[in-house]
This record gives sequence, C-alpha cells and structure tokens, in this order.
Amino acid sequence: MSDTIFIEGGRVIDPANGVDAVRTVVVRYGVVAEVAERVERPRDARTFDARGKWVTPGFVDLHCHLREPGQEYKETVATGLRAAAAGGFTSVVAMPNTKPVNDNTSVTELMLARAAAAGAARLYPTGCISKGQNGEELAEFGELKTAGCVALTDDGKPVTSVALMRRALEYARAFKLPLAVHEEDLGLVGKGVMHEGPASTRLGLKGIPGAAEEVMVLRDIALAELTGGRLHIQHVSTRGSVRAVREAKKRGLQISAEVTPHHLALADEEVAASGYDTDFKMNPPLRSADDVKACREGLADGTIDAIATDHAPHSAVEKDVEFDVAANGIIGLETAFAVCLGVARTGAFPERRLVEVLTVSAARVFGLPGGTLSKGAAADVAVLDPALEWTYDPASGFSKSQNSPWKSKRLVGRCTHAFVGGKLVHGEK
Amino acid sequence: MIGRQRHCIALAEFSREEILQVLDLAVNMKEVMRRPIKKVPSLRGKSIINLFFEASTRTRSSFEIAAKILSADALNWTSSSSSVTKGETLVDTVRNLEAMRPDVIVIRHQSSGAPRLVAESVGCAVVSAGDGAHEHPSQGLLDAFTIREKLGSLEGKVVTIVGDVSHSRVARSNVHCLPKLGAKVRFCGPPTMMPAGVEKLGATVFSDLKEAVDGADAVMMLRIQHERIGDPLIPNTREYSRYWGLNAKKSAEWLKPGCVILHPGPINRGVELSPDVADGGRSLILDQVQNGVAVRMAILYLLAGGAAGEGVGVEARA
Repeated sequence: MSDTIFIEGGRVIDPANGVDAVRTVVVRYGVVAEVAERVERPRDARTFDARGKWVTPGFVDLHCHLREPGQEYKETVATGLRAAAAGGFTSVVAMPNTKPVNDNTSVTELMLARAAAAGAARLYPTGCISKGQNGEELAEFGELKTAGCVALTDDGKPVTSVALMRRALEYARAFKLPLAVHEEDLGLVGKGVMHEGPASTRLGLKGIPGAAEEVMVLRDIALAELTGGRLHIQHVSTRGSVRAVREAKKRGLQISAEVTPHHLALADEEVAASGYDTDFKMNPPLRSADDVKACREGLADGTIDAIATDHAPHSAVEKDVEFDVAANGIIGLETAFAVCLGVARTGAFPERRLVEVLTVSAARVFGLPGGTLSKGAAADVAVLDPALEWTYDPASGFSKSQNSPWKSKRLVGRCTHAFVGGKLVHGEK
Repeated sequence: MIGRQRHCIALAEFSREEILQVLDLAVNMKEVMRRPIKKVPSLRGKSIINLFFEASTRTRSSFEIAAKILSADALNWTSSSSSVTKGETLVDTVRNLEAMRPDVIVIRHQSSGAPRLVAESVGCAVVSAGDGAHEHPSQGLLDAFTIREKLGSLEGKVVTIVGDVSHSRVARSNVHCLPKLGAKVRFCGPPTMMPAGVEKLGATVFSDLKEAVDGADAVMMLRIQHERIGDPLIPNTREYSRYWGLNAKKSAEWLKPGCVILHPGPINRGVELSPDVADGGRSLILDQVQNGVAVRMAILYLLAGGAAGEGVGVEARA
C-alpha cells in the first residue's frame, strides 16, 4: 500500500485556510502534504476521484453520547465512532453521562482504549463538572484533564447550584478547561415534555418555556464575567439565548455556543404533525419557528460557533412508549450534514459557513486539533457528495439505535469517504 | 366508521358532518335508553374493552352501560400505573388485549397522545375516554348534544368555559367541536390556568368572569383539581371561588335569561359552583350524564360496525 493518497478534483472547502476552489488534496504518511490546483501524481499513489464532490476537513462534533460504559445496548464507543465517520465526523466529543459517569480517570481511560481499538473517528472525552453528576462537589478537573478530557460538563443536567457553578468556572481556569453547560431551570421545566406554545397547548402536553433555558444562560454569563472562566453554552435553542450570547461576545467575554441540526431544521409544530412521535422528543425541545430562525441567524453572524449533533441513542424500550415518559434525544451523526445542508440551501447561511462551523470553528471551541487541511496537519478529511439523494434508513446505518425524526425521509447530501490520519475509515476504497 | 374516522381520539380531526353523525344518532340512542326494556341487539357478539389507567367512575360506567344497552360484551380493565412503574409497556398491554379479539378498545390514560399510540399498535377501533390534557372527545360530543338539545341549535350561540383550561381535555374537545357547529367559545380563568397560545385554539380569552359570561348562552364550569392549589396556580379555593366561581347571586345578576350551566363532573360544591346553582333551574349537569350514555352508544355503534339490519330500532330512526 502506498503512503501517498490523492483526493482529486473536488471542491475543497477549507475555511481555516480560506480555500474554496477545485483542488487536489495530497496526503503523505497520514498528514496533509499539499492542497494544490495541479500536482504531479506519482505512479503508486492511491487516488480518490472527488469530481463533483466537496472535500473538507473532517467534521468535529462537540456533543455526542456514546453510551459506553453502561448502556451498550444503545451504542458503543465503536459503533458511535463508525456512525460518526459515516457522517463525515472525524473527531467527536463524548459526553460523560455514561454509567458510571465519567468523573474519574478509569472511565476516561476505558473510553479512550475502546476508541483506539475502533479505528474510526477520533474520540475526545469530557469529564463531569460535579462528582457523580450530582451537582454537589467538584470532580477532579486536573486528573480528568491529565487522562484526556478536553472539557467539563454535567450535560443532561444543569448545574443548579450557583455557588458550585461559580467555583467550577474559577477552578477550571487552573487547567484551561472550558465548562460546557446544559442550561435549564428545573423549576420552570417542571414536568414539561415539549416547547411551551400553541403546539403544546393543542396537544395537551406540558410545556417547557424558552425562558427555562434563557434564565440559566444569563446566570452563567454573569458568572463567567465574575470569574473569567471559559463558558460554552450547549445546544442553544431560543432567540433569547442567542441574543444573550451575542451580547456577551460583544462585550468581549470568552463565551462560545453550539446548536444542533434539529434546532436549525425543525420547530415544535413538527411534534404535532408527527402525531406524538417520540423521535421528536429531545431536550432542549424543538422550539418555535421564530426560535429556529434566531438560531439560524446566530449561526450566520458568528454568535454560534459550532453545529453539534447531541447524538443521543435510545432503544425502542425508551422510545416506544407514551410521549410523556419517553426518553429525550435523537441520533444525528449520520444525518447532520444532509439536514444542515438543507437548511443552508434555504438561504439561512452560506455553504462555506456551514463547513466552517462543522470544522475549524468547532475545533477552536475546545482547542482541538483538526478541522483544517493546513499543510502538516493530520489528514482528517471528509469527502461529501452535496447532490446525492438518499432515503435515510437508520436500521441500515452504523449507529445501534434508530431514534431519528428523519427515519424514512429523503435527504440530499451525504458523506462518501472519511479519512482519519490519512486512513480511510468510511467509504469504498 | 364515523364518517372517515376509524377511531374516536380527537375532535380536532372530526369534521362538522362527522360530529353531526354522532349527535343525530345519539338522539335515537337516547330514545332507546328510555324504553322500558333498555336493550337492543345492535352490537350482539361484539366485545368492548374499557382500559382505564386513571380512576374514573362516571366515564367508565357510562361506556359500560352504553355497551350493555347495545348488547355488546364489556370488559373493564383498570390499572393505576403507567408503563414506567408497571414494567409492561402500554403497547404490550394493548397488544395482549387485542389478542383477545375485542372490536373496540376504550382507553383513558394520563398521558396525552396515548390513545394514538394504542391506535397505531392495534387493528381494532380505539375510543379515547380522555388522555392527559389533550382531548376527551365523548365528553365534547355529549356537551354539544346537551346544549343543542336544550337550545335547539348551536348556531350563533356563545359558550363560556370557566376554569383550569391548561389542564383540561374537556375544554380542548369543546373548543374543537362547538365552533364546527356554529358556536363561539370563550375561555375564562386566572392567567395561570390559561395555556400558552390558548387564543390560537380559536377561543376568546377572559380573566374577568362577569365579562366572560356577559351574553353567553351556556356556561361550562370546569372542576378545580385540588392538586393545582399551591402548584402554585391559585392561592386557595376561597379566592378562586370568589373570582371564578358561580353562585346564585352572580348567576342571577350576570347570566342572561335562558343561559344554561354545565359541568363535566365531579363537582367541587362550593368551589366552582355553589350548591344552589348546581341544583338550580339552569343546571344541565344531570342531563349531561344521561346524554353521555346516548352519545357513547352512538360512538360504539358506529365504530364497532353494527351490521346493517341488526340495529333493531336504531337505524330505522337514524
């Protein structure tokens, strides 16, 4: 096997280097050797014909749930990382709400060992903010970082104690770790199961007002200002949250934000249209059409830094039940590109911005390598067919779970090849 | 079938014609109820399962009597627990029941949308007897039947519904039914009991009771659930009663002559209705209960597919 790979004739979109043109990407010994218009191809180079396709840095997902250890019937590190590669993601950040939770180095090490064996996308673990994710005492940030965690989060749960959140932001500064926060005020959420609005009223489902997220975003912005801590707001979903982040950034605070493909593409009325389909139940819930618009605007104007999937596998045991009691969350790694491309093509944001928030802009949030085709960078590359029409069938996908609102839907745009460190991890040779 | 409906789950999905089909047939069913021998063989050999996940004496009994008058066999299955606590999922429960070959499953469930999940899981007809805060279609139909019976028509009539609309499936079924028959619906209650975007349901919203009942042809008082107090939707029942309850004095001064009063029951006497009003001349509360049986007979008859020629004394007049 040759050590040289030519990915030829594709539209190379590499926002990190300001490239958007037909180019050939040359990979040697696992790193990007050259991105050029015309390159002499050695006889023994392996070539991939990318004509008509996009060639981008491999995508970076800041938010996914791989369920291992503890819930391997939903997903494992290996199946999750293969699903990631199939979606064009070459780096994923795994949330720590495994069973047991990742608040100690042994869980971190187990996840990294599984990832190394999987030979698919790269895994970056996150550790808990609080021990046991109980919101009471700080987890061991230093040890978690040493073991390989790139950020701290109690994702799935808000940090309800203001005092603990303050100390966490302060203490994390010692290790230069960002705090990624899942924002919801549990009092306002109550027993809510979808966005509070006309759709929840019609369906008779208990509502979660947008303010449940916004009061916590505003609280944590105030705490970031107080402490100088590095704050990342996970899955923003409301106009108020986008506005708060925009304003905080304008004042120079070190704040970042992510949005999910589903909050860019779907609104609460879809829950009604689906007829209580639990694959439309997630947290934060699908919001109003105006909130969707605000998220798109936030992505376009730079307020939102990254698209993150919040890939959350669940089995039929958790989903084939009454809407009230169904688990929150949907899988998203294999559909994210097509769904977001569809949104971009409505004119919501340029295609180049889409690639930016899936690559270099996302990588910067947690200071990850990747997201770039710079010379000398590890050759993490996605080849995408932006015109490929396909019907999504989660049963034949790579994830172990099938909880997706795009089940059986026609999508346009799909990853055809993914390379990690120059090694083909998805697609035909 | 009720028009194009295989199930009776949500009046939001019913057309005017489908609603009228039930109401008109219920007129004949009410006549059957008043015969000395209250039994017709219309649904002989059909079986109906009443699957109740929430306590309900009135609605369950009403469906049971309706089935029995039509000669169907009715089985009552009650469970106080949801899928989560019981260990068997709702889908498994209804698939097991379906294996016993019922013609209709009547379901009451605390989760909105549960009847639809059941309908998607079984082949027989499904009738919702109330799901969460979503709909209570047979109640909506019996309310419309009762008002129409008393006032002659719903065309141009104003119906004011007072109480905790946010938790009320009765209010939702009414607001999807009454306007299709030409009535205007008003909602009234404290703002804490009005759900987000309530005006999009097609009702006019008031917080002042006097204004809300001004000119109304019918007033429906909803039950105040004790668990809402301190929820905190209202401070206490005393204050609620003072501002949103009906007593004889308000009834005499604020309601126009001929305005009728309804309540889906059970009543909290002295909270939403004073006893003299509940038992007074305007009250149609017991008519509602009787009409409930007739309306449920009509629903079961249409959905269990009573064969032509067997509905002795029913279709002849329908």
